[in-house]
Amino acid sequence: MTGKKVYMDYGAGAPVDPRILETMKPYFTKAFGNPSSVHSMGQEAKKAVEKSRRSIADLVGAEIKEEIVFTSGGTESNNLAIKGVAYRNKKRGDHMIATTLEHMSVINTFKYLQKDGFRTTCVPVDECGIVDVEALKNVITDQTILISVIYANGEIGTVEPIKEIGEVAHERNIYFHVDAVAAAGQVPINVIDEHIDLLSLSSNDLYGPKGVGALYIKTGTKIQPIVHGGGQEKGMRSGTENVPAIVGMGEAARIAKKEMKSESGRLSGLRDRLIEGVLDKIPRSFLNGHPTMRLPNNANLRFSYIEGESLILSLDMEGVATSSGSACTSKTLEPSHVLLAINLAHEEAHGSLVFTLGRWTTKEEIDYVMKILPGIVRRLRAISPLTPKELLR
Amino acid sequence: MYSEKVMDHFRNPRNMGEIPDADGVGTVGNPVCGDVMTVYIKIKDNKIDDIKFKTFGCGAAIATSSMITELAKGKTLDDALKITRANVAEGLGGLPPIKMHCSNLAADALHAAIKDYKEKKEGN
Repeated sequence: MTGKKVYMDYGAGAPVDPRILETMKPYFTKAFGNPSSVHSMGQEAKKAVEKSRRSIADLVGAEIKEEIVFTSGGTESNNLAIKGVAYRNKKRGDHMIATTLEHMSVINTFKYLQKDGFRTTCVPVDECGIVDVEALKNVITDQTILISVIYANGEIGTVEPIKEIGEVAHERNIYFHVDAVAAAGQVPINVIDEHIDLLSLSSNDLYGPKGVGALYIKTGTKIQPIVHGGGQEKGMRSGTENVPAIVGMGEAARIAKKEMKSESGRLSGLRDRLIEGVLDKIPRSFLNGHPTMRLPNNANLRFSYIEGESLILSLDMEGVATSSGSACTSKTLEPSHVLLAINLAHEEAHGSLVFTLGRWTTKEEIDYVMKILPGIVRRLRAISPLTPKELLR
Repeated sequence: MYSEKVMDHFRNPRNMGEIPDADGVGTVGNPVCGDVMTVYIKIKDNKIDDIKFKTFGCGAAIATSSMITELAKGKTLDDALKITRANVAEGLGGLPPIKMHCSNLAADALHAAIKDYKEKKEGN
């Protein structure tokens, strides 16, 4: 143990940017009013919420800030988008389409609605994780009311052809929901150009606080709320606004927009340094996901003959935090559905290791990982009965 | 997540490796499920004189393999056959509940190695 701490699991959880924390602070103890209150304390809070709404609208190219609804995070945004559209448009149709790469909050919401009488179809992706748009077109029926596609999957990093799918949905008059939780702030998003009707966002993925997110709902979209109460957020999401968190998310969106270009360039450079280093130095190592159409911060690699959790534990012993799609790190004992969706065999999926880089990742940290990782892989391969003898020489 | 004992065995596995002229070899698990263990034993005077393992799997899989070699070494075959999955987990100061079944295969691998030895002996 070197005492060194290298965090490369930003996709799982990110620190709040200190600049963002500063903007939040006054809203805990000084400007603590309820935005629904008529008095000036309430109006001060309301003003802050509306300013944040504007910044989030700007990040995704929405013209009308009222099209942004605050939620408790990406999961709730996905639930609201899908259940809200499904129940409101039940008379128009009962069929919804997603992909095999979706986040669990989309997959399990689909399963829930299936039990409630809706029909759902998940279209496959290719081995790089790109949605098969032709297959998607083929499963559309006159009963299809919603298409839900992840902008970029945070585990394998593949960025989808959202505009192309948006055009398909738009032509057929089907609502288009996009889960942009992992993509926002990493790649430019424009809800108008890309024909997006609903877009899910999370604050923590933008270095804002956890527990807050947003859903963009295009004006005119027929949707009903799933949380009922005092009618906040124009009735779309009741509950007193979490003002400090909303302020934080707004500042997070503002910074993300301002710094996206330079930051994504910096991160892709580090990502490629890591990927190329691994593929070059470690035999029988492979990149999961698309070689170029991928998030700037994501490197998902796999190593034959060894298992992901052992890799995570070994890296953690050297101070490096990562994650894996191995069954051994899941609650279900199944390997990640994302890795199975890109047609990896179970034994390949077990050997995956995911690095998600972030705002504070440095070149020195990448080089440190490259210094220790080959030895870790060698050690675990020496323990594994599956490793061919010639690889151990 | 894991006890200090599990991490110790993961960090410094005991008796890791192969015995080229083993008297019995037992392999259990499946790469598809994420765990494969092979246990090699050398028998002298009806006792486990030497034991080694190789394992593909998570931290628990490697730690339980290492643990079984410590538990079994020097034991008579009859006593070695009495070692259970629960003994292995206890020896490691417990395992997370979800790992109790999937990764706790070391006792099975040991029993398979002993069975292999007995079959070979009867075959002679």
